Amino acid sequence: MREEILRISGVNPLKCMKCGKCTASCPAFEKMEYHPHQFVEMVQNNHITPLLESESQYYCMSCLVCEERCPRGVKPQKLIEAVQVLKLRASEGNRLKPQDVANRLDPSLPQQALMAAFRKYSR
Amino acid sequence: MVYSYYPGCTLKTKAKKLDRYARDCAQIFEIELEEIEDWQCCGGVYPGMADELATRLSPVRALREAGDKKQDLVTVCSACHHVIKRVNEDVKTSGEIRRKINAYLEPENGYEGETKVIHYLELLRDRIGFDRIREKVKQPLNGKKIAPYYGCLLLRPYDVMNFDDPENPSIMEEFLLAIGAKPVHYALKNECCGGYVTMEDEEFASKKSSSIMEAAMDQGAESMITACPLCKYNLENSGLKNGIPVYYFTELLAEALGVKEQEEGT
Repeated sequence: MREEILRISGVNPLKCMKCGKCTASCPAFEKMEYHPHQFVEMVQNNHITPLLESESQYYCMSCLVCEERCPRGVKPQKLIEAVQVLKLRASEGNRLKPQDVANRLDPSLPQQALMAAFRKYSR
Repeated sequence: MVYSYYPGCTLKTKAKKLDRYARDCAQIFEIELEEIEDWQCCGGVYPGMADELATRLSPVRALREAGDKKQDLVTVCSACHHVIKRVNEDVKTSGEIRRKINAYLEPENGYEGETKVIHYLELLRDRIGFDRIREKVKQPLNGKKIAPYYGCLLLRPYDVMNFDDPENPSIMEEFLLAIGAKPVHYALKNECCGGYVTMEDEEFASKKSSSIMEAAMDQGAESMITACPLCKYNLENSGLKNGIPVYYFTELLAEALGVKEQEEGT
């Protein structure tokens, strides 16, 4: 599992110097059980099951502040995305199903929101 | 000057103003935006995993068509711009992605990332120039206090987007000055609006966007501008009482240049 995450994300978690800037900058901090710096550390330590079981990754907005501010170029968002992608690929159902969005289709919702959400929350 | 033009799905439906005024204003500066034939949706989010190839195909098709015509590719929507520019960078820098995508698409007509992708704001700044825009303004916005909202996708990651200072951008401020408005300086102009997470947790996305709009209002903003339909949606959906209007930057440009038609829908 760890090797697969490292392969598809292209991230080297050993570059992390644990400064915590990623987590300090993260706009989804309050909603995450595991924060960006913990994704880096836990993937490195092969402590991946808790990440898969947590819902933290669904709150990542891919805003890339963690990546921009990392002084070591670690790209924590890629690890969060990799965990999410592996979970979706392994699971039997999608997190977001077409029937789920019917009641969210308010007249002003842009297509972009639907496209992005289906890419992020389904296979 | 002729450019290839990629509108994107939302600009054909909910964000027609973003598209129409971009085209109308380009004509004033003798710029022809030639729409990519049979363009496909960019996917809305950048597929960041190294083994995702199918999700990179539609940007490459658009990029290659522009490349075949030896034209730069102009985008307007922040998300399309982000996805297309980053996929282009992947094709340029990753031998494996380049090889596999070309093998799938059309091996005899390989694409190697040669097309230049420019956002409409960059077109205004770097190709037309804000001074020339200022000269063409017929109805200046008379010092209206407007907050520029950048969001994430145009700015980050800087090493690929190379758009503006990711921590303190100024291109929208320069744009606002050129059309006679007064840019409002506030703290959260490059914070995330909540993005697609509105589909996962609407309340949380509203919380993100309401704090951004409040920060702008605290500094006296009467309205905000954005280049992104999803940012606009989240800001308008923030649940703030007495929230301020959010406009596409192209709409205000059209107003200033005197090419805006009567109000009508989206």
